[in-house]
Amino acid sequence: MEAIGLNHYLVLSAILFGIGLYGVAARRNAIGVLMSIELMLNAVNINMVAFSRFCAPDQLHGQVFTIFVITVAAAEAAVGLALVISMYRNLNKINFDEVNLLKW
Amino acid sequence: MSETLQQLAFYTDAAMIVFAALMVVTLRNIFHCALFLALGFFGIAGIFVMLHAEFLAGVQVMIYVGAIAVLVLFAIMLTRGVTGQDMKQTNKQSPVAGAIALLFVVFLLKLMAGARFATSTVAPVKDSTAFLGQLLVTRYVLPFEVASIVLLMAMVGALLLAKEKEDE
Repeated sequence: MEAIGLNHYLVLSAILFGIGLYGVAARRNAIGVLMSIELMLNAVNINMVAFSRFCAPDQLHGQVFTIFVITVAAAEAAVGLALVISMYRNLNKINFDEVNLLKW
Repeated sequence: MSETLQQLAFYTDAAMIVFAALMVVTLRNIFHCALFLALGFFGIAGIFVMLHAEFLAGVQVMIYVGAIAVLVLFAIMLTRGVTGQDMKQTNKQSPVAGAIALLFVVFLLKLMAGARFATSTVAPVKDSTAFLGQLLVTRYVLPFEVASIVLLMAMVGALLLAKEKEDE
């Protein structure tokens, strides 16, 4: 058995996910929220690569999934930041609690 | 690699990642947050190396640090006018959010402590990059093509959203 096992990676990933969750819920700045989402996606990636390494080391399905998660994360970051810039240009606001056009 | 060295590498890297992540969600200056985010991405690339996922480590550095962190930095600079440092960066619900996030982590750890995972001791794939490439063009060829469409859509969508409105 190796010194660093599956559980080590899972604990790290859980902590990282929790930090990201806090950031998504508590940050006002839209870009800060997007960064927290990236943290959560990275936590998921660690989880998948760790399971791929320790539960099925002769196959790499977890790593393939991680590649797709990274792809979607890149797409999400591009669209999210475009939305933020559009929001800044049209409303001159960037904090989520000040933008309430769709709220009534 | 000897066991102590392995442990040392893991704990150093993990501490760096958690520190960087905490800075990302707590710092007032959003620009510093983005730089710490890049540091965290580097740390996660190190974790991937430890997990024998060398290709993913390279992809992590190229896409997350090279593309996403830089994109975030550009967005911050473009919206500089309203991201004041003296402004409060967290909303009213931040204590509740902290409590819920903490509870969630405790819940996950509790779940993990009771779980038995079917770990295997088979030797890991030797040339993981080549194997990964083969998987992507055989078994996962359809998701691979769909991913390219997703990227194209995201690119067009981002351009449309961020485009300057022309006066008619």
